[in-house]
Amino acid sequence: MTKILEIKNLSKKYHTKEGEILSIQNLNIECVKGEFVSLVGSSGCGKSTLLNIIAGLDKQSEGEIVFHTDKAKIGYMFQSDCLFPWLTIYENCLLGLKIEKNITKENEKKVLDLLKKYKLYEFKDKYPNCLSGGMKQRIALIRTLALKPDILLLDEPFNALDYQSRLAISNDVYDIIKKEGQTAIMVTHDISEAVSMSDKVYVLSKRPCSVKKVYKIELENKKDPIHNRKDKRFMEYYDKIWKDLDINV
Amino acid sequence: MSKEQKDFLNKIKINKFLIVSIQILIVSLFLLIWQVLSDKKIINPFIFSSPKKIIETIYSLQQSYHLFTHIFTTVFETIIAFGVGISLGFIIAILLYEFKTLAKIIEPFLTMLNSLPKVALGPIIIIWTGANTKSIITMALLINLIISIITIYNGFLNTDTYKIKLLNSFKANKLQLLTNAVIPASYRTIISSLKINISMSLIGVITGEFLVSKKGIGYLIIYGTQVFNLNIVMSGIILLIFISFILYEFMNLLEKKLLKEK
Repeated sequence: MTKILEIKNLSKKYHTKEGEILSIQNLNIECVKGEFVSLVGSSGCGKSTLLNIIAGLDKQSEGEIVFHTDKAKIGYMFQSDCLFPWLTIYENCLLGLKIEKNITKENEKKVLDLLKKYKLYEFKDKYPNCLSGGMKQRIALIRTLALKPDILLLDEPFNALDYQSRLAISNDVYDIIKKEGQTAIMVTHDISEAVSMSDKVYVLSKRPCSVKKVYKIELENKKDPIHNRKDKRFMEYYDKIWKDLDINV
Repeated sequence: MSKEQKDFLNKIKINKFLIVSIQILIVSLFLLIWQVLSDKKIINPFIFSSPKKIIETIYSLQQSYHLFTHIFTTVFETIIAFGVGISLGFIIAILLYEFKTLAKIIEPFLTMLNSLPKVALGPIIIIWTGANTKSIITMALLINLIISIITIYNGFLNTDTYKIKLLNSFKANKLQLLTNAVIPASYRTIISSLKINISMSLIGVITGEFLVSKKGIGYLIIYGTQVFNLNIVMSGIILLIFISFILYEFMNLLEKKLLKEK
């Protein structure tokens, strides 16, 4: 088991007119290659800030992030599918490669293969407004995978979907991630989503955000997320994490 | 096709027909009443002119006063002002977007200039640029430029932040951000600013021609007033209505075509 990412004693301070806000304090996280890691925390606890720091869009105040690969490439997926309405599906998938000036025959073939594999090939010349929310989310994933990222960051990726599609799409996305052997870090506030999809769940405290507990998810019969939700040990993990989060309504 | 669908389509057709015929009726009635009142001397035909007189005047203007030169001059000046205004507006909006501090610095000045009635600057413009076409186009630019800058700049600012964040996660540079997200996302705003700009340019050109000119529809109207020939004034106004309608409809068509392609 090779570690791919280590976050050591990470802290993040924000400066606003009203004063200084400590958003993340002494956070430690490890991620192994091929692993699906979830970070669960109540909303506003600084989870998205953490992902922004890992992606290099924001800078930590203290601590370090160590990638155990030569040139760590990060793929980032958001709540909104963020497809560009003026580009066709295929052009959307190539967007990241276009920005990196890396559109080669080989990469184009990879994108087309991914589209075929996940049954989206026939829509490749259509525009995003013709697709359902779930299809858009899958396109967004293919756009990210086209860049061959070492680590995939998912920021509440199913938030914009209704409950039914949320279950179905998380299944699809999980399937794609596992088939492509991707390492993924997902931020969510949905406990059942975290338990059903992950190999490891970090429970984060309220602000300032730090790791409260880590669970290695060992189900009796691990399969796809929808199936995992029916596992005997699923509720066990759910209850434990619920208590950890200490949600006061 | 089901009966209900047919009825529905018929209803739409009848409604459209009704609207167009009432519009035609209004115009015809207006012209007819105007003509009759003028013929019966109920209104003073010398001051109010009449549709028949206007047609006669336009015909004679075309023979003696080179009507097409006037029309051409006004349209030409409008198009130049429009082209320069929209290009400058676009470039300045990009600069403001790229340099946010600059934008904040000049924002109050832009607001001030925008609310200032530009006609007030007319005399200064004439003195500075001379009494020629240049001052007319400057006048039109003053009127159309600020509003173009503000419209396009606001369009840029409204770009979805997630799109920018996504491109940043791809490590895009500033130019790539502009060409891949900010400008295409503001496409609709830019096109609707074309429509605003063409109307503003025409207003500017006519204002300019009122102040200083030897040719153009604005000149005809002012000339007509000076020699107290209201037939010429009315003809000028009627021509102006047609010109602005045609320019606006042209922009409408252009908008439809450009938006269809995307």
